[in-house]
Amino acid sequence: MKARVYVMLKNGVLDPQGEAVRHALGTLGFDGVQGVRQGKVIELDLADGTSEETIAQMCEKLLANTVIESYRIEVQ
Amino acid sequence: MRAAVVVFPGSNCDRDMAVALRAAGADVQMVWHKDAAMPDNIDLVAVPGGFSFGDYLRCGAIAAQSPICKAVVDHAQRGGYVIGVCNGFQVLTETGLLPGALMRNFNLKFICKDVDLVVKTSHSAFTSGYGADDTVCYPVAHHDGNYSIDDEGLAQIKDQDRIAFTYANNPNGSVADIAGVLSENRRVLGMMPHPERAVDTGHGGTDGQALFRGLFDQMVAA
Repeated sequence: MKARVYVMLKNGVLDPQGEAVRHALGTLGFDGVQGVRQGKVIELDLADGTSEETIAQMCEKLLANTVIESYRIEVQ
Repeated sequence: MRAAVVVFPGSNCDRDMAVALRAAGADVQMVWHKDAAMPDNIDLVAVPGGFSFGDYLRCGAIAAQSPICKAVVDHAQRGGYVIGVCNGFQVLTETGLLPGALMRNFNLKFICKDVDLVVKTSHSAFTSGYGADDTVCYPVAHHDGNYSIDDEGLAQIKDQDRIAFTYANNPNGSVADIAGVLSENRRVLGMMPHPERAVDTGHGGTDGQALFRGLFDQMVAA
């Protein structure tokens, strides 16, 4: 089975990289880009039957730093 | 004072740290990331700067899961002294020994220069060699030194006088200009600037010597 983990900076945490991307899009002439948040997508190839709870533990222990990041799990 | 310097794949300030500690009178041993235990009777563990595990995933995240880091956490929980510099600070926040996190510098640049720091408290073994509000100059060399902590955490470390150093001119966007923080028991220090790179006239400055000497004096007195 496969799962996908989306790791994003929490709302309210300033994202300097996203802000630089937003600025660059404006420079390219794309008007109206009001915000950009940059995150990570992590694809996991897992043994069948791995529970979502186990994947959440992976996120809590390693994949995300929950001090500044939130995560979302998508089992495929 | 018996000190251990942790070495990860990608550490590059480990030997500078050992030289600085030895110059202050410490007996220093290097410990490898696969070691599961500290040598006996270690007073201080130093987690050095560098790019442990290539900074993959997040700076310090993989190192924080290594066998030696469990021993570092055990040492700290027994009341042992720990100093983490630069990548070492990132590792200590990832282990949870220190609050907050280090994010990408607000200007997205790798910053490599000497900076002035203000010693915010002399009430710790690490800063006992300075006076509060002293200004010292240490080098910084980092891409992810932008210290982030939530309002509640910030209020707590302020109330408990746990901000060890602040930047005189904030180079990286850190909350409240924070350059270094202490643990609640004041025996774990994490900081982005490099005291070990300011201990010899050949470095261009010796402001870091007082940190290592202060530590040594406290250990000898203990």
